[in-house]
Amino acid sequence: MKSSIPKSQFKNPVINWIDTRLPIFTAVNEAVGTEHPTPKNLNYWWNFGSLAGVTLVIMIITGIALAMNYTAHVDHAFDSVERIMRDVNGGWLIRYIHMNGASFFFIVVYIHMARSLYYGSYKAPRELLWILGVVIYLLMMATAFLGYTLPWGQMSFWGATVITNFFSVIPFVGEPIVNWLLGGYTVDNPTLNRFYALHYLLPFVIAGVILLHIVALHRFGSNNPLGIDIKSDKDMIPFHPYYTIKDFFGLAVFLAVFCVFVFFLPNFLGHPDNYVPADPMSTPAHIVPEWYLSPFYAILRAVPDKLLGVLAMFGAIGILFILPWLDRSPVRSAHYRPMYKIFYIIFIINMLGLGYLGVQNPEGIYILLGRVCTAWYFIHFLVVMPLLNIIETPMALPKSVSDPIFSSGSSGMAPAARRSKK
Amino acid sequence: MSKKKTRRDFIVIASYSMGAVGAGAAIWPIINQMNPAADTLAMASTEVNIGALEIGQALTVKWRGKPVFIRRRTEDEINETRNVAIDTLRDPQSDEERVQKDEWLIVMGVCTHLGCVPLGQKIGDGKGDYGGWFCPCHGSHYDASGRIRKGPAPQNLEIPPYSFISDSVLKIG
Repeated sequence: MKSSIPKSQFKNPVINWIDTRLPIFTAVNEAVGTEHPTPKNLNYWWNFGSLAGVTLVIMIITGIALAMNYTAHVDHAFDSVERIMRDVNGGWLIRYIHMNGASFFFIVVYIHMARSLYYGSYKAPRELLWILGVVIYLLMMATAFLGYTLPWGQMSFWGATVITNFFSVIPFVGEPIVNWLLGGYTVDNPTLNRFYALHYLLPFVIAGVILLHIVALHRFGSNNPLGIDIKSDKDMIPFHPYYTIKDFFGLAVFLAVFCVFVFFLPNFLGHPDNYVPADPMSTPAHIVPEWYLSPFYAILRAVPDKLLGVLAMFGAIGILFILPWLDRSPVRSAHYRPMYKIFYIIFIINMLGLGYLGVQNPEGIYILLGRVCTAWYFIHFLVVMPLLNIIETPMALPKSVSDPIFSSGSSGMAPAARRSKK
Repeated sequence: MSKKKTRRDFIVIASYSMGAVGAGAAIWPIINQMNPAADTLAMASTEVNIGALEIGQALTVKWRGKPVFIRRRTEDEINETRNVAIDTLRDPQSDEERVQKDEWLIVMGVCTHLGCVPLGQKIGDGKGDYGGWFCPCHGSHYDASGRIRKGPAPQNLEIPPYSFISDSVLKIG
């Protein structure tokens, strides 16, 4: 009987004993180790998934440290944050890491998403992988918003007021729902307390969805810059050590940039009004969201109607869920899609434009520009994406991941010749 | 395998239903605890001394945690709000419906768009294109009757329950 028990592969007797009974070492090895085959042609844009994971860990660790010193009460919240900045040992560092960490988390995730858009990583069979990513993105926005409320500055207070009021557009039950969210008629102490509880909870929910994201990723493996399916083991290399070392190198570069902000520009990405204590009786002249929510704020303001504005804003995020079915082109990578490549660049510029407009005063030319950019955002997804499949002729795809490497330069004929032979 | 409904089917459906009702009943207190608590609900009223307010001046007081705008309007402002064709308004209401005494306009200082506090109470504030209030958040303009005239807000500024206890004392709530 004893010999029929499947034994773990590990040589170390202690690890072997544990892994036979609880295969965690096998699981790790298959996730990020030598047993995880990965396309050999991944470029640096593929670094940002693991970077996002590292950022989440940084946020959770610094967040727990901040929670040990923070007081969730309207009379004490602002002061407790100032105490963290001035009196708590190293408190300023922990808070600046957490503050800027939120921004960098979004930078990393935006690049991660932009990579997916360019290389078509959301396409079959990776639709659910993409959708889980959008869920993580939504949870991140919720978490960031809740966290931004906690210092109880002017931007905290009025950001919370505006965002919870989005729900007042729901017909008939809008007002009761807002009062339910706030625990009162205005943003007040009950609101701060529940936002704190949820801000602590959601990162762990995000961690759970990330696990699902990784399970879905490993079902078909990573996409690659050529966007073609991997056909043989020759196109693969083990994750460890090849991509672990590459990810660590990327992490070092990332941390260097991050440290520049933490130590030299800690408030560059924030808004000075949040160092003014919350005043329920006066709204700051210019309320702006954090930069990472700015594009959606621009969309909200572009529509001169409350209900439609809120619908457009949520729709702008909701549309990402159906992206895999809007883009019907069978070719994944923009590398082989000459027209999509151009529209992709326009889309990115348009997105940056929306981000810029979201923090400007809604007057004059900015109103018009906001409407143009908002319209283009939806046109890109609802018109351009479906249409490209019909009017675009993709370039010929290489036969395998190795193909373009060995055939480029010396003989441009090779891929075509090889294909015709088949 | 006949499709006839049996007593066992009934028991299964009844069990699942009871389970669902029980789960719902257990979850409800968790949801309901987030609703405004008894102390929050206790609707406090505020008494305001308005005797010192001159014509053309404005006062902001706090009621239920929200600002209330009190404005002693000038003759011009009253006339202007009453000369507007009602059916051109987004939220049609005559000025007479919105005040108890012609001079005194009392409205919630909360923009009906997304809840910001409009500007126009303090000297030096912009009052918007219609001589009332201007919300800086998303650019809604209100007139001197607190009615929405331009911008994304869907409704006129809300009017809180109030009464004049005497000529100089106003009770809100």
